[in-house]
Amino acid sequence: MPMHPFTRRGFLRSGAALAGAAAVSPLSMRPAAAAGDLTVGFIYVGPKDDFGYNQAHAEGAAAIKAIEGITVVEEENVAETTDVQKTMESMINFDGASLLFPTSFGYFDPHILEVAPKYPDVRFEHSGGLWSADKHPSNVGSYFGYIGMGQYLNGVAAGHATKTKKIGFVAAKPIPQVLLNINSFLLGARSVDPSITCQVIFTGEWSMAVREAEATNALADGGADVITCHVDGPKVVMETAASRGAFLCGYHADQSPLAPDMYLTGAEWNWAQVYTDMINKTLAGEPIDNFVRGGLADGFIKMSPLGPAVSDASRAQFEATKAEIMKGGFAVIKGPLKDNAGNVIAAEGQAFAETDVTLESMDYLVEGVIGSTS
Amino acid sequence: MSDLGIWAVPLAILGGAIRVSTPFLFVSLGEVLTERSGRINLGLEGTLVFGAMSGYAIAFLTGSPWAGVLAAAAAGAFFGLIHGLICSLPRVNDIAIGIAMMILGMGLAFYFGKPFVQPVAPDLPAISFGWWSDLPQVRAALQVNVLFLIGGVAAFALWWMFRATRVGLIIRVVGDSTDAARAMGLRPALIRTLATAAGGAFAGVGGAYLSLYYPGSWNEGLSSGQGLMAVALVIFARWNPIACFGAALLFGGAGALGPALQSVGVSEGYYLYYAAPYVLTLGVLIATSSPRQAMTGAPGELSITK
Repeated sequence: MPMHPFTRRGFLRSGAALAGAAAVSPLSMRPAAAAGDLTVGFIYVGPKDDFGYNQAHAEGAAAIKAIEGITVVEEENVAETTDVQKTMESMINFDGASLLFPTSFGYFDPHILEVAPKYPDVRFEHSGGLWSADKHPSNVGSYFGYIGMGQYLNGVAAGHATKTKKIGFVAAKPIPQVLLNINSFLLGARSVDPSITCQVIFTGEWSMAVREAEATNALADGGADVITCHVDGPKVVMETAASRGAFLCGYHADQSPLAPDMYLTGAEWNWAQVYTDMINKTLAGEPIDNFVRGGLADGFIKMSPLGPAVSDASRAQFEATKAEIMKGGFAVIKGPLKDNAGNVIAAEGQAFAETDVTLESMDYLVEGVIGSTS
Repeated sequence: MSDLGIWAVPLAILGGAIRVSTPFLFVSLGEVLTERSGRINLGLEGTLVFGAMSGYAIAFLTGSPWAGVLAAAAAGAFFGLIHGLICSLPRVNDIAIGIAMMILGMGLAFYFGKPFVQPVAPDLPAISFGWWSDLPQVRAALQVNVLFLIGGVAAFALWWMFRATRVGLIIRVVGDSTDAARAMGLRPALIRTLATAAGGAFAGVGGAYLSLYYPGSWNEGLSSGQGLMAVALVIFARWNPIACFGAALLFGGAGALGPALQSVGVSEGYYLYYAAPYVLTLGVLIATSSPRQAMTGAPGELSITK
């Protein structure tokens, strides 16, 4: 329950409300940017050095600061409520931002969709949102990486490392990206040994330290000996799992410094490259595609270097699978496959390649995952 | 590792009670001390967060977790002292000051804590009480942190202090009637300020437990309202330190219910299980309420009872 009532931006916001009362159009207050200069706003749902989701984006933001003519404004700890709408409007009206990266999943609907039509010359780039041309404004774009492939590779390393044949996943909320990660992690492990199961525990929040630690302990108590997660800041999960003697697979960023001996590998974002491309396009006056996706081969994601606990057999299969994924068109979800309630997901011969958009509305956990989406 | 089946749930609740209860315990003991002297300090959430940050920072800089605990206690005492001093001024409302102090404490903690999100500070030691068992689950559940034991002892010590010592009597007199205390030659403002400072020190130590043991790292989302819940626990525990200990254990255990049930396969409706501690509070408050006599055990000078 983070509360941040007194921030600089909060103060400006109340100032903006007063100015609005004085019947000043918000558009007229926008500072005129010098030609060629671009102010870019980044909004994070948590602290930007959280060893996780926000840090990955902030590293991307740091990379574009070096580009000439670019000013970056950032705000951390912005809740997925009307707060983010106010932050976006204040970045546009007071800082003169014309390109915004509101990075958290929950910012998209309804917040970006509410603000974007009011500012047609501002570009809104959202990470993970399911943009579609017939429903959403054209100044909104969506970008994401096929990080499920990274979790599949995590699963390969986990499948070789587990002795109990039980691996664990601490998940925040049952949204499609999280479900795809859980399913990919298990299927990666099952490519090593089909008897492996994966226990998932949902915490219900993107960041809730004590509950993440409790969830990790519950996984270890249940016998899971390789643990990964999809929460905003994996630090607590990684430290708790290592203290219980479980191996770790990282997520979002490189967490190997937290427990070098137990860390197998990790699925990391590589936003620096994605953001640099987008900025260069904008500076050159070219449009950014509204729907940008990419995987390992496109440099959107990368894997942490394999840790010392990874065996030679594991390393060989990891590298072979990675090479396979690098070719493109790899399918994690392929038939015959059922979900964990027994419904058929993919018939024999049916496969959903990484680029398949239907994967982004995933609402099931595959057979072998112990858990429920509600 | 052996599969415990459904027995994993009570074991997880026990483990959770031991792991999660300590911050609740320290904050509620601090609040009992403060409220027994006739003042409410709602700012303990801020003190908890600042204690967590300062404890982590000092532990990281000195390499000693115990130095961190001391620093957290000192920081907490300082916040309590400020609260106490401001509330000693005439016509100042302690609830409003408490809310201001809560926001100030969190803001300062976030500001000064920025450079300490990444570093890894040493953890407080724990004692294994599970050596007799072969089950790793039992051994993990019975890893008891030293601060938990200190908190338990402090609960009994405070209870004894209020019941049988001169200091305890003075605090109770000041809390029950300012006029009577004045007639006895006591200085209520001074005593309340000292009690608030001591209460703040308790809350600071609670914060140090969060950042130095469980979950054991500093970040801005570390406290999810534990400090506020602990203030409510005091009413729940009827201003009795030993009851605070019990209430803290109950809360810790209830918080472990959600993950534990999911790990044994009861996975539907986890949002509901996560609400268990709050449902529990409501239930117990309703069950123990009385139509004739509200607030048994409440100090007479408390502004909520006036």
